[in-house]
Amino acid sequence: MYGKKVKLRLLFIALILITLVLTTFLILKSLEENIVYFKSPTEIKLLEELDNNKIRVGGMVKENSIIVNSKEVSFIITDFKNEINVVYSGSVPNLFTEGKGVVAEGFLKDRNFFSATKIMAKHDENYMPPEVKEALGEK
Amino acid sequence: MIYSIIGNYSLILGLICGLILFYLSFKNFKNSNLLDSKILSFTFLQFFFVVISFLCLVFSFIISDFSNETVFNNSHTTKPLFYKISGTWGNHEGSLLLWLLVLTLFILVFLLRTKNQQIKYQILTLVFQQVIIIGFFVFLIKTSNPFNYLFPPPEEGLGLNPILQDPALAIHPPILYLGYVGSSIIFSSVLAATCLNMITPSWASHIKYWILISWIFLTLGILLGSIWAYYELGWGGFWFWDPVENVSLMPWLALTTLLHCILVLERKSILTSWVIILSISTFTLSMCGTFLVRSGILNSVHTFANDPERGLFILIFLFALIFLSLFIFFFFHKDERNNPQSFFWLSKESSILINNWFMMYFLSVILIGTVYPIFLDVISSEKISVGPPFYHKLIIPFLVPFLIMMAIGPKLKWIKSQLEDKIYLISILFISLLLAFLVLKNFDENILINTILISSALYLLLITLRDFFTQKYKNISQNIAHFGFSLLILSILFNNLFSSEIITNLKVGETFESSKTKIVFESISQKKEKNYNSIVANFRIQNANGQNDKLSPELRIYNQPVIATSEADIKTTIMSDKFIVINLVQNQDFFNVRYQVKPFMLWIWLSVILISIGGLISFLQRKI
Repeated sequence: MYGKKVKLRLLFIALILITLVLTTFLILKSLEENIVYFKSPTEIKLLEELDNNKIRVGGMVKENSIIVNSKEVSFIITDFKNEINVVYSGSVPNLFTEGKGVVAEGFLKDRNFFSATKIMAKHDENYMPPEVKEALGEK
Repeated sequence: MIYSIIGNYSLILGLICGLILFYLSFKNFKNSNLLDSKILSFTFLQFFFVVISFLCLVFSFIISDFSNETVFNNSHTTKPLFYKISGTWGNHEGSLLLWLLVLTLFILVFLLRTKNQQIKYQILTLVFQQVIIIGFFVFLIKTSNPFNYLFPPPEEGLGLNPILQDPALAIHPPILYLGYVGSSIIFSSVLAATCLNMITPSWASHIKYWILISWIFLTLGILLGSIWAYYELGWGGFWFWDPVENVSLMPWLALTTLLHCILVLERKSILTSWVIILSISTFTLSMCGTFLVRSGILNSVHTFANDPERGLFILIFLFALIFLSLFIFFFFHKDERNNPQSFFWLSKESSILINNWFMMYFLSVILIGTVYPIFLDVISSEKISVGPPFYHKLIIPFLVPFLIMMAIGPKLKWIKSQLEDKIYLISILFISLLLAFLVLKNFDENILINTILISSALYLLLITLRDFFTQKYKNISQNIAHFGFSLLILSILFNNLFSSEIITNLKVGETFESSKTKIVFESISQKKEKNYNSIVANFRIQNANGQNDKLSPELRIYNQPVIATSEADIKTTIMSDKFIVINLVQNQDFFNVRYQVKPFMLWIWLSVILISIGGLISFLQRKI
């Protein structure tokens, strides 16, 4: 038989292993549920089916597309190949202007219509989100 | 011009000092009865050269010397003097110079203040620290020299990003860096101690103070960044689980864990491997933070335009350091097996160990949430981001046992303990459950989870509060820090539960009315300052009791670079903050208005200050 000490040590190791497995499982599980994919308007056009998951859309705010009323702001995000209409009620960041890059987070209503829950701010006007840069890369 | 030349050559001289120190250390190491006085003078000289070069950069900023590329890119003649100076470290090159300054400062203070430790240990620490310092010198000189010339010198600079022109953010980097870089000395010293096989209780009580320094500054640095984000970014939140924020929280978690482990090591010669691993990972995480922020790899709302090539250098350097430390760990570290001391399940050290596990769990959640998007981008070029729900879901449930252990743990004795005052501990648990339920009973959503969460935080609060009276000055630092932590969690919870928000678009003169609040947009006026023009909007806000508040948020348009920023107007009272921010939507008459009532904001800041005061007291107690 094993001594008491060995048993204790085995128990300890087993405990660590179980916690590790549990942790990994928990983390991966909620990662799966909570990640937000980034899409360009073109990618949205090419989507085979629409689901209800939260996504991010990035591109440029189209010139002369911003319309404001007392409840909401609507505008068009374009990647110069395709565009998508965005409706948003919430606060807009400072660097949100026509002709500048933007990232909107929210839900797709259909392939042309996006309801945003958040619009990302940028700290730096020369900075463009890597995704937007890539989405506009072939311009 | 002259400052750039002096600054540049001082940097090179500082690098040469580093190389000489290497040579001197090896000579001294063989014959180590006394610390070679030359070592001390060269360490001082190195620090001196970095100070000179740092001051040169500061002067270049003050006199707006645009022949210096860094100054040109980040400054402007119309900027107030304060922001000219803070612009020194508000950019990549300058902030790395600040890293270097803190690195050399810490090793100098370390050599001066360390007594009663082996000379060999001091020399080895110096050697490891020099490895880091030389790495940074090379990095600075090769890829991001702050003293590059521009010819012909431009008339005017490009200006500093207005969002950085803010008092909290002006002092945020130096404070945060003292914490970040302070962990370098822990790293060097733990490697030296491992080589000499002297991870002992006496070493633990010596390194504890260095951990405390680093920990206090890191805590305050995170606090400043958070306060800045609260009033400057205009979202009314103080923590967004953004990657850039996460990379500052991760070293903090590792450092806090280390701080607790060191206490165990101080009493008993156990957990040595764990202490080594934690010290190494704290510094590695700090380096990772710098790498991730500076490389532009992170998709963050805080990202500033930057250069990926620099990231590669830090990455290689980082891997070299990790490799070096793992090598030392596996080859030199002798386990404490010849000194068997097992844990008794009910003791202070086992409760510390359990909470260590929790903290490591929190750390790994944050690490995965931060790194996974990068990882996925590399392997599948799928762009994703991980939002706050991920962190909340994984961290919040585990706060409950964590808080309860925090309350009970300090009540236990070292080595082997009985749970005393059981009745008292249990009755307080019931009192806090009852209190939490009473507070929340009118609240319909998630009442069970919230009651449990709040009661566990209350539990810690009540127990630590009682200890202030019963234990007087015994363990006061720990008690204050734990009390602060419970206050922090409580304020965050209440803040989340009872915040309210109104977002609307208004024209001048219009009124927004909801059942409880009336927002009257009374007028706008204009203001002209030296470096910006601003539109000040005047609001009158009437709450349900008919009470009126006048708030005047601003919209600033800076002239160089031309960027608009919103300045929130915040009315802080003890119980809650009223926060209003406006934004003008392009080409429209509408102002985008966001009004929030946020309870207990002040308490969040105060509790973090309390936590660091706990650390400070522990640091000061050394001399008594």
